[in-house]
Amino acid sequence: MSGERILDIQNLSVTFGGLHALKDLNFHVDEGEIVGVIGPNGAGKTTFFNMISGMVTPSSGDIIFEGESILGMDPNQVTQRGISRTFQNVRLFANMTIAENVMVAQHCRTKQGVFGSLFNTAGFRKEEKEIREHAEKVLGFFGTRLVGYRLEQPASVLSYANRRRLEIARAMATKPRLLLLDEPVAGMNPKESAELTDLIGKLRSEWGFTIVMIEHDMNVVRDVSDRVVCLDHGETLAQGSFEEVSSDPDVIEAYLGRPLEKKV
Amino acid sequence: MSIDTNTTDTDTTPELISKGAFDLDWRKVINTGLILALGLCFISLAGMPIGLNGRKLIEPVLSLGYLSLLWLPLVIGWSVGNEKVLEGMAATKRGARDIVAGGVVGLIGGLGLALLIILVNNFDLRDPLVNWSPQLLSVLEFDAGETTGRTGFGIVLWLIMSTVLGAFGASLHVMPKNLRKAIIAAILTVVGFAVFETFVVDVFDFLDDLIYAKKGGLKVVAAIIIAVIAFAASFAGGGRQIGAYKQAYQANTGPSKRTQTTTLILVSLALLIIIPMVTGKITQELFANIGIFLLLALGLNIVVGLAGILDLGYVAFFAVGGYTTAVLTSPNRGPDWDGIGAPLMPWWAALLVTVVVAALVGLFIGAPVIRMRGDYLAIVTLGFGEIIRILFLSDWLNGWFNGAQGITNVPAADFGFAQVKGTDPRSVFYLVLVFAAISIYVSWRLERSRLGRAWMAIREDESVAEAMGINTVNMKLMAFVVGAVLASFSGAIFAAKVGSIFPTSFLILVSIIILVVVIVGGMGNIMGVIVGAVVLIGVLGGPKQPGLLAEFSEYKLLIYGALLIWMMLQRPEGLVPNARRSRELHQDEFLQDAWLKGEVDTDDDDLPDVTGSIEGAQA
Repeated sequence: MSGERILDIQNLSVTFGGLHALKDLNFHVDEGEIVGVIGPNGAGKTTFFNMISGMVTPSSGDIIFEGESILGMDPNQVTQRGISRTFQNVRLFANMTIAENVMVAQHCRTKQGVFGSLFNTAGFRKEEKEIREHAEKVLGFFGTRLVGYRLEQPASVLSYANRRRLEIARAMATKPRLLLLDEPVAGMNPKESAELTDLIGKLRSEWGFTIVMIEHDMNVVRDVSDRVVCLDHGETLAQGSFEEVSSDPDVIEAYLGRPLEKKV
Repeated sequence: MSIDTNTTDTDTTPELISKGAFDLDWRKVINTGLILALGLCFISLAGMPIGLNGRKLIEPVLSLGYLSLLWLPLVIGWSVGNEKVLEGMAATKRGARDIVAGGVVGLIGGLGLALLIILVNNFDLRDPLVNWSPQLLSVLEFDAGETTGRTGFGIVLWLIMSTVLGAFGASLHVMPKNLRKAIIAAILTVVGFAVFETFVVDVFDFLDDLIYAKKGGLKVVAAIIIAVIAFAASFAGGGRQIGAYKQAYQANTGPSKRTQTTTLILVSLALLIIIPMVTGKITQELFANIGIFLLLALGLNIVVGLAGILDLGYVAFFAVGGYTTAVLTSPNRGPDWDGIGAPLMPWWAALLVTVVVAALVGLFIGAPVIRMRGDYLAIVTLGFGEIIRILFLSDWLNGWFNGAQGITNVPAADFGFAQVKGTDPRSVFYLVLVFAAISIYVSWRLERSRLGRAWMAIREDESVAEAMGINTVNMKLMAFVVGAVLASFSGAIFAAKVGSIFPTSFLILVSIIILVVVIVGGMGNIMGVIVGAVVLIGVLGGPKQPGLLAEFSEYKLLIYGALLIWMMLQRPEGLVPNARRSRELHQDEFLQDAWLKGEVDTDDDDLPDVTGSIEGAQA
C-alpha cells in the first residue's frame, strides 16, 4: 500500500502565547495512505491541519511535502502545491451556487486573466468549459445529490450532510495529491457516515488521493484508516494500526481518564 | 395586533379577518402619528417651507414649500396600513378601519404642527434654530405676506388637511387596485410636470406658454387636464402592457432571450443617442453628469460589490485621472512640468497615460491597504483618499499642481471630427456613453469569469478562498486596479468637460456619494448601479452638480441621508438587487420560499443506489 513518503513533519511546535498547541510533533504520511488522526477535544488536531495548510505558522520544526519544505508558505501556495483541506465547521461560499463553489476551487489550476475574459478568447472559452466539466465530474462523485438542477442553486439551500459533501467536492476540485479531511462525517447519521466512509476509500482507489482525516467516529476511523495517530496535548500519544492504538493504555487514559485505584 | 381566536382553523386558503372600524393597533397608530408629527416639525424647522415657498408648482394654489410638508401625511397615512402577512396567516379585511387609522395618524401629525405654530408664536428660539422665525409662522398660517396673525385659522386648516391627507393615503389600501394605480399615476404626473418644469420646457419648449404660468408653475386648468389624462391612461391599462412584457421577458429562458436582450440594449442605446439631439442644454448637461458619476459607480461596484473591498477613498482615482489629464493637456499646469520637459498632448493620448498612471496609483495605494480586512481597510482607504487630495492642494507640490488655484484652461478633447468640451454638454454625454459602454462590458465580462468567481469567493470568506488556492492579495489588488482605471476614465472626461481641475472637486463627499449610488442602486448589479446613478445623480444631483430637483440642492445631503437610512431599513439590497446579495440579506425568507417550493433538501434516508451512480459518474 505505502509508497514514497509524501508528507514528513519534523519536530513541529506551535505556541499560542504560552500554550503549546503542538509540541515536537513528528508525523509522516506515505503516498496512497489513509491516516486517521484521533484525540480528545483540544488535542491540537485542527491546529495540526491549519499548520499544514499554511493558515498557522509553526514556531519551530519543518514540514516537508514531496521532498520540499512548505514551511512559511501562504495557504494558497500550499494548495497550489497539492494539499487541499475541508473545514470542521463547514465553510462553503454560501451565496455562490454549488457549481461555482467547485469551479472557484480550480482557480490555482487555471490561468486565464483579464485579457482572456474581456475578449472572450478561444483559450478562455476552452478553459471555462474544462472548469465546468471538471466541476460536474467532481460533483458526480457524490451520486445525484449535487448535480442536475442543484448545480445552479446556492450552497445555502443544502442540507447539512450535503454541505459536508460539497466541502469535500470543493477540496477535490483543487486537484490535490494530499487531502486533509477535518471531521468529514460529523453530524451525519449512521447510514450517511457509512456511505461516506465508502466514498473516502474510493477517493484513494479511484482518484488517487492520499488522505489524512481527523475523525471522532471510531467506526469510520477503523474502517478506512491504514494507520491511526492519536494526539493529546499537542503530542503524539500513540500510532499504529487501529487495533494497536485503540488498545493502547495511554490512549484509553486520554479519552476515559485513569481508572480509580481500588482501595484495599 | 389583537389575535382573533376564531381563525385558528387550518384552512388552506385563509379567509380575511373582519374587524371593527375602531379595532386598531393603537400603539402602532400613535407611534406612526408621532413620527409624522416629528417629520413635519423637522421639515418646517429645516427651512424647506420657507426656502421653497417662492417656487410655485400650481399657480397660485400650491408651492413647493407647501408640497414639502403635504406629501408626508399622505405617505405615512398609507404606510400605517401596510401589514406584513406571514405565509399561511389570515390578512385583515381592508375597510373603514384603515381610513380611521390614517385619519388618526394625520390628526396627530397635524396636532404636532399646530403645537409648533403655537410655540413659534409665543417663544423665541431663533438662536439655535435659524428657521424659528416669523417667516415660518407666516408660511404655516397661510398669511400670504401679511402678518395678521391668523394662528387659529392656520392650526385648524393644518389639522383638517393633515387628517384628510392621512385618511386619503390610507384609503388607497381600500380602493380597487386599478383605481389606486390611476390615482397615484395622476398625482405623480402632475407633481412631476410641476417640479420638473425646467426640464419639461428644456425638452418640449412649445409647452412653455401652453401649460406653465409666466412666473412659473402649472396653470390650474393645465394641472387638471394633465391629471385627467394620466388618470385615464392608467385606468385604460397604460402600465399593464409594459408589466406584461416585462414578465414575459423575465420568464423567457429559451434561446430567444438572447435576441430579446440584444434588441433591448440596441433600442436603449439608440434612444440614448437620439434623446440628447432633441433636448436642450440643461438636459444634456444632466445626462453628462449622470454619465460621469455612473462611470465612477461602475468602477466602485467592481471593488465593493464584487470583491467586497469597502473602499471609502475611491475619489482618489477620480482625482488622479482628472489631474493627470489636466497636467498633460493644459498649458496652465504647474511650471515644474515644463521644467522637466513634460510634453503637452491631445486628450486621447493623455487618456492612455492617465490609465497607466491610475493603474500604478491603484497598485501603490492598494499594496499596503489590501492586506487589511473589513473596517480597518475602510478607514485606511478613507485616509488615502484624503491624502491624495491634500497632496494636490499642498504647497509642497505647488510647483506641479498649483495648489488651491488648480489647473485651469484644460482644452477640449479634440477628436478631429468632434470637440468634447463643457460648453457642449451633448458631446460630453456621447463621450461618456462610449466609456460607460466599455465599463459595463468590462464589469459584465469580469463578473462571469474566473476572476469574478475568485472575487465573489473572497467576498464570501477570505480565509477559505485563500485555502482554496486563490491568491487573495493579487486578486484584491486586481479589483483595486480595475476600479482605479474605470475611475480615471471618469476623471479624464471630467477634466475636459469642466476645463479646470481644483482640489475641491475631489472632496471625501464624492466618495460617499458614489458609494451611496452603488448601495441604493443595488451593490454587485450593473443594472442596479445604472438605476442608482440615474435616480440619485439625475434627480438629486451630484456633490456639486444640480439634478432634476435643483431647488432642493440645499437639502441634498439631508435627502441622501434620509434615503440611505430608509433603504437600509426597507430594502438593504438596493433598488435593483443582485440575486446573491438579496439572498444573503433575506436568508430566512429565501429558505422559507425554497422550502415551500420543495427545493430545500433534507437528509433523506431512502437515497438512490449510490455505488451505481458513482460508477456512472466515473465512466
